[in-house]
Amino acid sequence: MSVNAIGEYRATPRDLQANFNGMQMLYVHWEKHLIFCSPFAFLVAPAMTFAAFVEQLLSDAIKAHPDSARVDFNEAVWTLNGERFVPDYAASLEANGIDHKSMLRLNTPGLNGVQGSCS
Amino acid sequence: MTMQKKKLGLKDKYRYLTRDMAWEPSYQKKADIFPHEDFEGIKITDWDKWEDPFRLTMDAYWKYQAEKEKKLYAIFDAFAQNNGHQNISDARYVNALKLFLTGVSPLEYGAFQGYSRAGRQFSGAGARVACQMQAIDELRHVQTQIHAMSHYNKHFNGLHDFAHMHDRVWFLSVPKSFFDDARSAGPFEFLTAISFSFEYVLTNLLFVPFMSGAAYNGDMATVTFGFSAQSDEARHMTLGLEVIKFMLEQHEDNVPIIQRWIDKWFWRGYRLLSLVGMMMDYMLPNKVMSWAEAWEVYYEQNGGALFKDLERYGIRPPKYQEQANIGKQHITHQIWATFYQYSHATNFHTWIPSEDEQQWLAEKYPDTFDKYYRPRFDHWQEQHANGQRFYNSILPQLCQVCQVPALFTEPDDPTQLSHRQIVHEGERYHFCSDGCCDIFQNEPEKYIQAWLPVHQIYQGNCGGGDVQTVVEKYYHLKNGQDNLEYVGSPEYLRWLAWKKLATPQAPAGTGDRRDAA
Repeated sequence: MSVNAIGEYRATPRDLQANFNGMQMLYVHWEKHLIFCSPFAFLVAPAMTFAAFVEQLLSDAIKAHPDSARVDFNEAVWTLNGERFVPDYAASLEANGIDHKSMLRLNTPGLNGVQGSCS
Repeated sequence: MTMQKKKLGLKDKYRYLTRDMAWEPSYQKKADIFPHEDFEGIKITDWDKWEDPFRLTMDAYWKYQAEKEKKLYAIFDAFAQNNGHQNISDARYVNALKLFLTGVSPLEYGAFQGYSRAGRQFSGAGARVACQMQAIDELRHVQTQIHAMSHYNKHFNGLHDFAHMHDRVWFLSVPKSFFDDARSAGPFEFLTAISFSFEYVLTNLLFVPFMSGAAYNGDMATVTFGFSAQSDEARHMTLGLEVIKFMLEQHEDNVPIIQRWIDKWFWRGYRLLSLVGMMMDYMLPNKVMSWAEAWEVYYEQNGGALFKDLERYGIRPPKYQEQANIGKQHITHQIWATFYQYSHATNFHTWIPSEDEQQWLAEKYPDTFDKYYRPRFDHWQEQHANGQRFYNSILPQLCQVCQVPALFTEPDDPTQLSHRQIVHEGERYHFCSDGCCDIFQNEPEKYIQAWLPVHQIYQGNCGGGDVQTVVEKYYHLKNGQDNLEYVGSPEYLRWLAWKKLATPQAPAGTGDRRDAA
């Protein structure tokens, strides 16, 4: 039994994609930049291109960090849901295989946060 | 001829007023009267083995509590009449009370409800009476806490509407979901969660920091509440140990079930207490002890002795306790940094610790503070001085189980976020740790329903799409008054005026101005 209950018990997940009005959740963590305390939670349109996501949402989210100006997205190393990932910037998030509640990790070699402290 | 009145001994009185008031049902089946007693798999062979270490009866209880109340309310009155709020160490201290009133006091009410229900569901009279007493204690605690802090509500911001906030404000879903999890479990798990794991194993890490914190910071009202509740808490602790031993002694099949509950509730409690640790290390102007020191004394030493004692029942220390022992050097800094950057959505203020305070932190955390955390605070301090007080404008990812933002780092690498992810029935779920991921996997049907504040905001269920609307309309916080940076806040300026202190040059970008960081 998947829950300890007094009888048969079934439940529906509260965060199905259908509940997000055509949008989906996307989490992004910039490694070694823990000034941003946890991964960002973005609400995104599945049809948005990866390039638009990076330019419009992600770049804005990280701009308070002094390292942000030095990020070279051509050199960035990404993982998507734990797997090595090479994004197609021109394609949509959906076409990139980024589904609802996916997790991206961004690694920017050479950038190690404030005073190299991973902050 | 008059009868000689006989005075009953304590033991007889207890028997007459508790167990003798129970009866064996004759026309209803016991299983129908107590339908929640069996489904968790706990086997009770003899309820008469339940020992109440206090033998407290209702008449003695009322008398005893009434005396304590009389003294307590006399002190509350004196505190109010003497403007006791002006004698606290510093106005920053009140932010700890805001956290307590919105985060902890509603849990006392949740405990009252939980014990009322558990008491209804046990067929053993001794257990029913014990639960009833504790339910009334908890109700008393929530009332007296509200009364202790109501005076502050007249003079400080963010204390109003605490019950409303408890149900809605993002970080308060951490304590709320903890208790909802316990209350929606069966009665035996509820007792393991609250009586044992919380009241016995971890209570000293909640109660002592807040009440000693009150004492160290001149808060007579709250410290007097603490004294008034102390004898109740001692009773709850003793009961917590009795409960666990009783269940373990009743049947060997109970051991693995209880072990899983101990693992779960230790980890949930540890995550919940990270908020208390933050309060100790960052919010108290006069510090009591560091979180790491408290953890060493109250968990590693006392808890170590406890689990040694429970070894003979086949119980081992909670899974992942080593991670918690490592985490004591890190979690409070990580949590404060989180509240600092999401201060626009909280009912209390945050600030950068002063140079002296950072020195204290460096001494208490010699291996971690300077290396990993001071650079963060230095950077934010500098930004603040330049008129760019940092607020994170993007909502954080939350752990599906503990509901804390996924902010903790790997036990073996404080530069890497600890993050776990699984797919369950086609849906992705994210966790802050192995501990929370295990809890999910044991009972996924429960946690797939989690009301995660960040997702609720994005689904449009919290009054608006942008944070400021949510904060004002849905949380009932006044932007620029209840939230944001402490330095320059209305509360800060009021404190300086009371103390007849000149306003120091406040850095630009404080107060009601939110910098687009």
